[in-house]
Amino acid sequence: MSRENVLVSAAWSEENLQAPGVVFAEVDEDTTAYDGGHIPGAVKIDWKNDLQDPVRRDFVDREGFEKLLSAKGISNDDTVVLYGGNNNWFAAYAYWYFKLYGHTNVKLLDGGRKKWELDGRPLDKEEVVRDATSYKAQEQDLSIRAFRDEVVDSIGNKNLVDVRSPDEFSGKLLAPAHLPQEQAQRGGHIPSAVNVPWSKAANEDGTFKSDDELRELYAEAGFDGSRKTIAYCRIGERSSHTWFALRELLGHEDVKNYDGSWTEYGSLIGVPIELGSGKEA
Amino acid sequence: MSNGCGAPAQGGTIDAGTTETVLEGKVVSDGTPVGGAFVRLLDSTGEFTAEVVTSPEGDFRFFAAPGSWTVRALHRTGNGQADVSASGPGVHAVEIAVA
Repeated sequence: MSRENVLVSAAWSEENLQAPGVVFAEVDEDTTAYDGGHIPGAVKIDWKNDLQDPVRRDFVDREGFEKLLSAKGISNDDTVVLYGGNNNWFAAYAYWYFKLYGHTNVKLLDGGRKKWELDGRPLDKEEVVRDATSYKAQEQDLSIRAFRDEVVDSIGNKNLVDVRSPDEFSGKLLAPAHLPQEQAQRGGHIPSAVNVPWSKAANEDGTFKSDDELRELYAEAGFDGSRKTIAYCRIGERSSHTWFALRELLGHEDVKNYDGSWTEYGSLIGVPIELGSGKEA
Repeated sequence: MSNGCGAPAQGGTIDAGTTETVLEGKVVSDGTPVGGAFVRLLDSTGEFTAEVVTSPEGDFRFFAAPGSWTVRALHRTGNGQADVSASGPGVHAVEIAVA
């Protein structure tokens, strides 16, 4: 896997807004940013309303994903370029999600909305309408998705990469610091996890760090390249960002994203939890 | 409570009797509020903790913990930062000038 296959620059994107077979899609939890101005021609994907099951805590099923992409005018052959706010967290989540349902050509816009805006590139409010397609999805590729039992069984024998901030990892904060801290679950982290905040994989402008910088980052944190890996955060979107860095950029083969993440693990009865920085372990 | 991890709307007021340690303020340029700026919360070691985008009125807000923090703003017109110390729960005001 190489960077050119999975990541496109803002400059490349601006030059390819009209390119045939390329569809830009903005993905966010809060879609007011899209409504206030989006990359010209980009379709909107609502992380919550489009990608999450409205009742159960799970994703829309295969038919639901087919229906969504068909309605958005995305074909199986299209190259989908995903971007969004929050340093591309939800776009990275969607990237992983597109891979989960077997989409072949999907890329992330490096730096997402932030880089685009900091560069002063064009945004518009035009309504984007694409002709509907007949999209066909695959069964979920569970080689990239971890569930709770596997996570518990992985303690001490796989790389568990907790990508939340150090204060969330230690148990001091229960959520990212832009959110209220009253949460249902316990604080702390999964025993044996290493803490490599997602933000260390990104530059200030939201772009990913170089492959060399990323390799050094994970090596220094005690990441063992010979082991299988599971990344997690609070709800699975920041860990999608790290999953992307480890699997798509650095080419580690067996890397899963645990989308249940801390909101599930920290609410389970009886599972072990470690507090503090964990570095003494 | 938010379902996901995206930031809530910035601005407005929150209950002053909050048990949260709130860091909030405006991003300004020559005294004029700057909307659409990216504001990052850095901990006492300079480590990234969170980021929000300012409201059209330039407002930002973080839910932190007692301690020393830095807030840093990025905008296409310029960057800037400010330090803020939170002794305990309550609302702690801080302004960031970008140039």
